[in-house]
Amino acid sequence: MQLKFTEADEQFRGEVSDWLIDNLAGDFSSIRHRGGPGDEHVFVQERKAWEGRLAEGGWTCIGWPEAWGGKSATIEQQVIFNEEYARAGGPGRVGHIGETLTGPTLLAFGSEAQKQRYLPGIRAGKELWCQGYSEPGAGSDLSAVRTRAVLDESGQSWRITGQKVWTSLAHESDFVFVLARTDLAEKGHKGLGFFLVPMNQPGVTIRPITQLTGTAEFNEVFFDDALCSSNDIVGEPGQGWKIAMGLLGFERGVSTLGQQMLFQTELDEVVRIARHNGTGQNPAIRQRIAEAHIGLRTLRYNSLRMLSGGDDGSLSREAMIYKLCWSSWHRNLGKLAMDVLGPDAEIMDDGPYSLTRLQSLFLFTRADTIYGGTNQIQRNIIAERALGMPREPRGES
Amino acid sequence: MNFSFTDEQLMLKDSVEGFLTENADSGIVRQAMASESGVDENLWQKICAEMYWQAILVPEECGGLGLGLVEAVIVLEQMGRFLTPVPLAAGIQSALALRTLADQLQAHTLLAGLAEGRLLGLAHTAARPSWGASGVGVIANSTVNGWSLSGEARFIATGDLATELLVVAKIGSDLGLFRLAADQTGVALSKMPTMDQTRPMGVLQLHDVTVDPESCLSLDWAEQLEAVLDYSRIALGAEQVGCAQASLDQSVAYVSERVQFGRTIASYQAIKHKAADMMLKVESARSLLYYAACVGDEALTDAASSEDLQEAAAMLASSAGDAAFFCAGTGIQLHGGVGITEEYDIQLYFKRARSMEAYLGRPDEQREVLAAMLLDQGGSHAA
Repeated sequence: MQLKFTEADEQFRGEVSDWLIDNLAGDFSSIRHRGGPGDEHVFVQERKAWEGRLAEGGWTCIGWPEAWGGKSATIEQQVIFNEEYARAGGPGRVGHIGETLTGPTLLAFGSEAQKQRYLPGIRAGKELWCQGYSEPGAGSDLSAVRTRAVLDESGQSWRITGQKVWTSLAHESDFVFVLARTDLAEKGHKGLGFFLVPMNQPGVTIRPITQLTGTAEFNEVFFDDALCSSNDIVGEPGQGWKIAMGLLGFERGVSTLGQQMLFQTELDEVVRIARHNGTGQNPAIRQRIAEAHIGLRTLRYNSLRMLSGGDDGSLSREAMIYKLCWSSWHRNLGKLAMDVLGPDAEIMDDGPYSLTRLQSLFLFTRADTIYGGTNQIQRNIIAERALGMPREPRGES
Repeated sequence: MNFSFTDEQLMLKDSVEGFLTENADSGIVRQAMASESGVDENLWQKICAEMYWQAILVPEECGGLGLGLVEAVIVLEQMGRFLTPVPLAAGIQSALALRTLADQLQAHTLLAGLAEGRLLGLAHTAARPSWGASGVGVIANSTVNGWSLSGEARFIATGDLATELLVVAKIGSDLGLFRLAADQTGVALSKMPTMDQTRPMGVLQLHDVTVDPESCLSLDWAEQLEAVLDYSRIALGAEQVGCAQASLDQSVAYVSERVQFGRTIASYQAIKHKAADMMLKVESARSLLYYAACVGDEALTDAASSEDLQEAAAMLASSAGDAAFFCAGTGIQLHGGVGITEEYDIQLYFKRARSMEAYLGRPDEQREVLAAMLLDQGGSHAA
């Protein structure tokens, strides 16, 4: 058990932090602390330019192998990068889907041609990706996807038809990876394929979804005979589910400590307000603030345990509880912020519907316990995979 | 940064688990509960002779293993899981108390005694009105021959088995630490009957007990007492995590057997989600336990401040105290009717969780400690 990072790791931390201080300046000052969850719709052009700057500095895709432009960074180094990035106020990464999901998936399952074609664009911060998993009828039950892919008569292209939903940054992305049914006679996780599809084509239509915050960072994406080259199916038809699940396993949690730094700034703001407006002397509020403090530190040590776990790729017990832990904590913080602000929590900065940071926190954290697997699905996963309890019998799909 | 056990620590965990599985089943616990002392003295002798866990925190120069709190919590977590009826936690608490007196020959001798398995009880509080310095109920008056001690201490973790005692006593506005033999004139150590029978507690009455000057180990022990209580909260947190884990495991085992409406009740989401919430609390408390044990080890070598120690202990006590009570209470619910019978063990964990939750300060009191750090003028963590 060792709480501290090694000297070499601390030296790496210094390099990251120096570079960020030098570069997250000038024109990029305006995007510091912006573009995170709940705020992803802002400063998109500036954040795209920032991806380019990061890439020039060699700070995109640091966990990738050196052969593909990465640094083969260790888990510790990736954790440190994410911590320093958050500490420096680094903006929400528009390239994160490509870097953390598409890239590792292609490295594991992609053809040589697919790697050659797509990895350099992601590494350079020039080609952005979004994800096409959920559908109106396939949320918690992802295997119910109905979007279909049909190989045309020439055998050159797949034709994709259907609807995806909850796609963030769809209108800014160059490509989407799509889980679609290749064998219409199959149901559930059989007969699926995993496709790499260009967004900029007539067969793709994007419609933003306005949220309770008044902003729109998620979209619906409609595919109407959208084209995908026959070279751009990852793996074989029928292997889509395996690849889709593999993709979700690549998130080893290296970004969690960075996320926690953002949480800490939010909690600090709530504590500061409580100290100044007198609610910090209310015994019930004091209990809740202490609980929030404990909860955030718990997230940190849960993460450290998760990151220190074996490299066998299996999901550890700590990893299985992590989503449920952070989403519940963050949602409670949103409510605590409102209660600490009291009556003033209602008042907006200016019209027509421009939320303050804490109002946005309060409203948008209701999504945290839903996306990426609802709290109920998380509890099923914990009960079934960690505790070995049986699956509930399923209905006909 | 590496938040996982070393190979040696993993071996220790395996050996504790193996030994307790073989030697300390529920029958042993129930036998000890029914005995006069509440302790299985044969088992304790066997542990002291074969396993040497009583010597974990005793420095090597005193004949101990010279290990740290990380190792101690590994053992204590399993003790909490098996409700092992031996006074190991008491010995660990006394070792930590003696380690605050680093250079004294007497401390050296007493530590060596602990390593040999002697029972030395820390009598620090009457717990009225609360734990810590304000609860100290023994007063030391200076006399021509040394000291005279009178008053009461409760919740002594050795039960009535200690042959010697470390007594915390008020000297004016400060606290002193004294060494007494249990058979000294004016000393009465007895077992307090408690609702939780798995963890016997002693009560000490002192009436004008004469103590020679050499047996006064410290005249200003107030700060050290706070540190020892924080260390003790970390040790207790380990037992709480073990108690919570056992409550979860036994509940999952029960609901996996119990059939209603044609299938095991473990297949219903209403049951699964309760179990998932239990696991979340167990694992979260365990993460804080490992963190707190690391901070405790740093504090033992002055590499962590007393504020860091206090914060870590308070976070753990809040989290592990709640986790144990939640898991044992939910465990009874998941057991249904049999959960409230004497026959099933879940009720033992429920009582144990409740007694541990109150010992050294309830979770809400620990949260208030943290709130003061965060919110009050001069608070060490104030933003």
